[in-house]
Amino acid sequence: MLYREAGDFKTSYEADSQTFPIRFDRIGFWVIMAIAFGVIPFMINDYWANAIFVPFLIYAIAAIGLNILTGYCGQVSLGTGGFMAVGAYACYKLMTSFPDVSIIIHVILAGGITAVVGAAFGLPSLRIKGFYLAVATLAAQFFLIWLFNKVPWFYNYSASGQISAPERFVGGFAVTGANTAAPAKYLICLVFLTVCALIARNLTRGTIGRSWMAIRDMDIAAEIIGVNPLKAKLTAFAVSSFFIGIAGALFFAVYLGAVEVGEAFGIQKSFLVLFMVIIGGLGSIFGSFAGAAFLVLLPVALKVIGVDLLGWPTDLVAHLQLVIVGALIMFFLIKEPHGLAQLWRLTKEKLRLWPFPY
Amino acid sequence: MLDSVEPYVTADGRTIGGVLMDMRGITLRFGGVEAIKNISFDIREGEIRAIIGPNGAGKSSMLNVISGFYHPQEGEVWFRGEKRAAMKPYQVARLGIARTFQNIALFEGMTVLDNIMTGRLTHMKTGMLSQALWYGRAQAEEVANREVVERIIDFLEIQAIRKTPVGRLPYGLKKRVELARALAAEPKLLLLDEPMAGMNVEEKEDMSRFILDVNDEFGTTIALIEHDMGVVMDISDRVVVMDYGRKIGDGTPDEVRGNQEVIDAYLGVAHD
Repeated sequence: MLYREAGDFKTSYEADSQTFPIRFDRIGFWVIMAIAFGVIPFMINDYWANAIFVPFLIYAIAAIGLNILTGYCGQVSLGTGGFMAVGAYACYKLMTSFPDVSIIIHVILAGGITAVVGAAFGLPSLRIKGFYLAVATLAAQFFLIWLFNKVPWFYNYSASGQISAPERFVGGFAVTGANTAAPAKYLICLVFLTVCALIARNLTRGTIGRSWMAIRDMDIAAEIIGVNPLKAKLTAFAVSSFFIGIAGALFFAVYLGAVEVGEAFGIQKSFLVLFMVIIGGLGSIFGSFAGAAFLVLLPVALKVIGVDLLGWPTDLVAHLQLVIVGALIMFFLIKEPHGLAQLWRLTKEKLRLWPFPY
Repeated sequence: MLDSVEPYVTADGRTIGGVLMDMRGITLRFGGVEAIKNISFDIREGEIRAIIGPNGAGKSSMLNVISGFYHPQEGEVWFRGEKRAAMKPYQVARLGIARTFQNIALFEGMTVLDNIMTGRLTHMKTGMLSQALWYGRAQAEEVANREVVERIIDFLEIQAIRKTPVGRLPYGLKKRVELARALAAEPKLLLLDEPMAGMNVEEKEDMSRFILDVNDEFGTTIALIEHDMGVVMDISDRVVVMDYGRKIGDGTPDEVRGNQEVIDAYLGVAHD
C-alpha cells in the first residue's frame, strides 16, 4: 500500500503542523507542482487555457477567498460577484492611471482595495448573523454593480460602459490584451493561485485561523476565551475579499480582457462561487480547489459528452447542465454537507486501516 | 498589589495568599428581576472557592459577572487590588480569567488540539503578515505554545484524542477538553460552572482529582459552581451560599454546613 499514514511518525511539532503531514501527500504535491509549472505550460493551447485551466485557476482563488469567510469564519456572503467586480475595476483604474507599473503590483493592489471595501461591508456582521447577514451582503452585491454601471469615472467614460484591459507585459511576455499567448495567461494565474493558497493555508493553520473557526463554531465561547469578535470577523472579511479581489482582477484582465459589469460579475457569479465552496467543502482549502475544478469541468464534460459524442442539440445540453448542477448541489447538501473534501477525508481514514475494517 | 490579608497554610499544606478578586456590593438586574442582590465576597489567591445554592439562586449570573459577560448595575469588581472597569469578555480573558461552561461550549468543528490551542490565544502575539509567511516567528510561536498545550494534554490524560474532532467525543471527555482549553490560558483565576454536571461517580472522581491537581501544581485559584454537595464539601476551602440572589452563608465547609439559614434554604422551613 503506497498511500498510508500508519508508521509515519513525527518527532517535532514543526513536522506535525506541516501542510501535508503524510509523506505520500507531500510527494504528490511536488509532482503536481512540477507538472503544473514544468509540463502544462509547454502543452497548453488556447482552447485548454480558455475553457479549463484559466477559469479553474481564477475560480479557485475566488473559492479560497469565500471559503475563508464562509467556511472558516462562518459568515455567509452572497457578495462575491460584487467584490470580484471591485477587484476588476480597481485593477482597470490602476492599469490605466499608472501604465508603467507592473501588472503584478496592480493585481495585488486591487486585492488590497477589495479588502478595504470587503471589510467595510463586513461591518454589519458584528450585529447580524446567518440569513440576515446574507441579505446584507446581497445588498453589497447589487450596490457595487449599480455603482460601476452608473458612475462613468470607473469605466473611464468609455461609450460602451465596458472596461477593457490594455496590453501589459511581465518579463517581456504579454499577459493581458489580445495578443496574450495561452501559456502566459496560464502561468500568471497559476503563480497567483499558488501564492494565495499557501497564504490561506498558513493563515488557517495558525492563530488567526483558529480564532475564525472559534467564531464560526461558538461565538460566545470564543469571546470568553479572548477572541475579539470585531477583529476576527473583519479580518476574515478583509482576507477573503483580498483573494476575491485578486480573482476579479485576473478574471477581467487576463481571462476576459473586456468586461461588462452586470454580465461578468452579477449575482450568478456569487452563487457559482458559493456552490463551488459548498460542493468542494466548507472549511477546507483543498475543497476550494475540488469545487472549482468540479464546476469548471462539469459544463465542459457535459458538452463533450452531450454535443460531441451523443450529438444532442447545444441548447438541450445547456439546460441539462442547469438541472444536473442543481441536483448535485441538493445531493451534496443532504448527503455530505462538508463536500468533496470530506469524502476525501473519509477515504483517507478508511485507507489508514485498509485492508482491515477497523 | 494584593489586598493585605494574612496568608495562611491549609491542613494539606497549600498556602492561601491575599485577596485575588473582591466582589463588592454586586447587584444585577434584568428588567424588574433582581438576579443578584447586593452580594459581597472575596476569592483569595490559591484557594478553591465554591459557590452553591438551589436552582435559580443566581450562581451562574455571578460567574457571568466575574467573566465580564454581564455588567452589574451596582457594585464594584476588584481584581488583583485594582478596580476593574466595565470590560468586554475578551478583555477580561486577557486579564487572566478563564472559564468553562455549564453546557459545554467547545468548538465542535475543530480538533481537540485546535480547541486547546485556541485557549492559548491570549499568549500569541504574531501579526497577520508573519502568520501568512508562517516560517520564522509564527512557526516558532506555534511550536512554543504547542509545547505548553502538550503538557496540559499529558496532565489531563487526553493524548489519544488529540486529533479527534470534538463533535465525536463523549460527554465526559468533552468536559475534560473544556477544562484543558481553560487551563491552556494559564489563568490566574479559573471559573468552573458545574464541572461535574451529568457525570457518573467515576468521572466525578477523575474531575475532582484534576481540579485539586490544577490547584496544587499550578497554584491556580479556582471558583466553582457545583451541585454535588459531597464534592463541594470535600474539595473547597471556602463556600459562598446563595439563595434567591442573596448571600446566605459564607465560610469554610464546616461553618456552612452548620448554618441554619443554609439548611433552611436546602431543606425548606416548616411552617407551624
